[in-house]
Amino acid sequence: MPAEKIVLDYSKAKTLCIRLNGDWLITTGIPKVNEVIERITQPKDIQQLAFDTSGIGKWDSGLVAFLFHLIRECEHKHIGVDFQGLPSGAQKLLALALKINEKAPTERRQDNSFFIRVADKALKLTDNILSLLNFLGEIAVAFGRLIMGRVYFRWDEFMVILQHCGADALVLVSLISVLVGIILAFIGASQLKLFGAQIYIANIVGIGMVRVMGAMMAAILISGRTGASFAAELGLMQTNEEIDALQTLGVSPVEFLVIPRILALVIMMPLLTLYADLMGILGGFIMSITLLGLNPVEYWQHTLSSVTLSNLWVGLIHSFVFGIIIAVAGCFHGMQCRRSASAVGEATTAGVVSAIISIVIATAVITFVCQVLGV
Amino acid sequence: MEEFVKPVIQVKSLDLSYDDYVVMRNLNFSVNKGEIFIVMGVSGCGKSTLLKALIGLKQPQAGEVLYNGVSFWAQDEITQQKIMRGFGVLYQGGALWSSFTLGENVALPLQLCSNLSASQIREIVELKLALVGLRGQVDFYPEQISGGMRKRAALARAIALDPEVIFFDEPSAGLDPLSSRMLDDLILQLRNTLKATIVVVSHELASIFAVGDKAAFLDTESKSMVTIGAPKELLANSKDSRVIQFLTRGVNKERG
Repeated sequence: MPAEKIVLDYSKAKTLCIRLNGDWLITTGIPKVNEVIERITQPKDIQQLAFDTSGIGKWDSGLVAFLFHLIRECEHKHIGVDFQGLPSGAQKLLALALKINEKAPTERRQDNSFFIRVADKALKLTDNILSLLNFLGEIAVAFGRLIMGRVYFRWDEFMVILQHCGADALVLVSLISVLVGIILAFIGASQLKLFGAQIYIANIVGIGMVRVMGAMMAAILISGRTGASFAAELGLMQTNEEIDALQTLGVSPVEFLVIPRILALVIMMPLLTLYADLMGILGGFIMSITLLGLNPVEYWQHTLSSVTLSNLWVGLIHSFVFGIIIAVAGCFHGMQCRRSASAVGEATTAGVVSAIISIVIATAVITFVCQVLGV
Repeated sequence: MEEFVKPVIQVKSLDLSYDDYVVMRNLNFSVNKGEIFIVMGVSGCGKSTLLKALIGLKQPQAGEVLYNGVSFWAQDEITQQKIMRGFGVLYQGGALWSSFTLGENVALPLQLCSNLSASQIREIVELKLALVGLRGQVDFYPEQISGGMRKRAALARAIALDPEVIFFDEPSAGLDPLSSRMLDDLILQLRNTLKATIVVVSHELASIFAVGDKAAFLDTESKSMVTIGAPKELLANSKDSRVIQFLTRGVNKERG
């Protein structure tokens, strides 16, 4: 109890003697310093604080922390403190803690009011948009230089990236696409059954997968897989000063690191999408034949007649745009990464999240444009 | 009349800052050809920021950095890149490209900036790695070797093109005393054999005294360069208590 641990002795004029009793250990609890301060300052004429620790038991840095706080409060209130009565170890620790002057607040302002935060966010957003535009400009210039053959292009490195983006993702794409095909078939079946038109499942699965679902599912998978790895890889290179080392060689990191990654995804996304389309149709086919009892030949013919070349083109345009979006989002956030481990995590998250949001927006735009054009 | 020793690097009234946070004000110094120049100061005083301005990675707020009389920040990007190719930089953590082998790391500057054939490049790479004591380790990846070896490999990359100026960012950071000493010896040899001009950012006293021809002390409080001179002379003659405290690890606080 605080009352037992701290006894205030007002017997001397203008001096308050604080008597500390019992154990003062972090593990057993320390009295709250604010309560003591209130009691100290009640008589207005106190000018000096003294301590009597003859009754103190075991103590650790909990005591020192309590005294440190108390003494700083006394300094604020212009009350002198006499350290003599304290245990000598505590005196030394306090001397050490009080030796370093508290620095005046630095030149950076710390205003957390609502409007300041809103303004800060808005400014940051403008900064981000500007740096994204800048980044896109750099990419355009780098592509120009690539076409003119003025970029140092490492083919072996490019092949490794291609393999990582494409072949290594096949298992995952197969699994997800087959399942999406099955889901589409299931949803279609439950409704079409009402009209006895189950065979049109083939149309739903075929057109749905080829026109948008194949590209979109592949893109979401690749943004979580490859986009994240681009952001983390470039972010870590930024943290390790590897990108600085490139710049001092007079090499543009965009040319050296970003261009091969964008190219790789732009090549691989349409291929992965075609593969995802086939796997999705296969999933719907298996589902329809086994569980819904449809005729395989009829199903196959319905698929062939419903999926037109224009559907395929729309799907491929989707995948091409998604490839650019994923690569640019991953690389942009990786290149913007600050130099710490947590920043790499943030860059990766930002890369994936912004890619997925952009993918959905791009899908909406492309769908709308196709609708207007009647494709 | 032309001076006998030409300054390779001249820094004139340089101000460094991050947005509105001022790091250093009004820095002035020059580094002569073949000199080993140390930038010293306590952690966080702005040494690495100054280094970034010197190697062309951070634009100063004001002032000039001149290389052989050419003001770096006044040039267009292509000229800046040309000037930068005359630098070798050893970064604090080595900054080797982790997806490349040691050989590929050292080879890249040669592939980018020379017309040598693949076999010639291979020979030079082997030589540079041998110079830093990494003979026969061409095909190792950075993750497979120790921190000291990584720094030496990074030095091999920094000297791949026989640069005119070599910058070292905290070369002894994180190294044991023997590896650190070995790196100091390498720095001296580079100056003596390649006649390179060397700028070292360091707070390691043993290294400062072992290699430094001239040293500049950056002070955090006044955000400026307090003194400049040969490290041993500074220790013997400096009147500035901050410099003396730094050079004696805080043992001698004042000097009359």
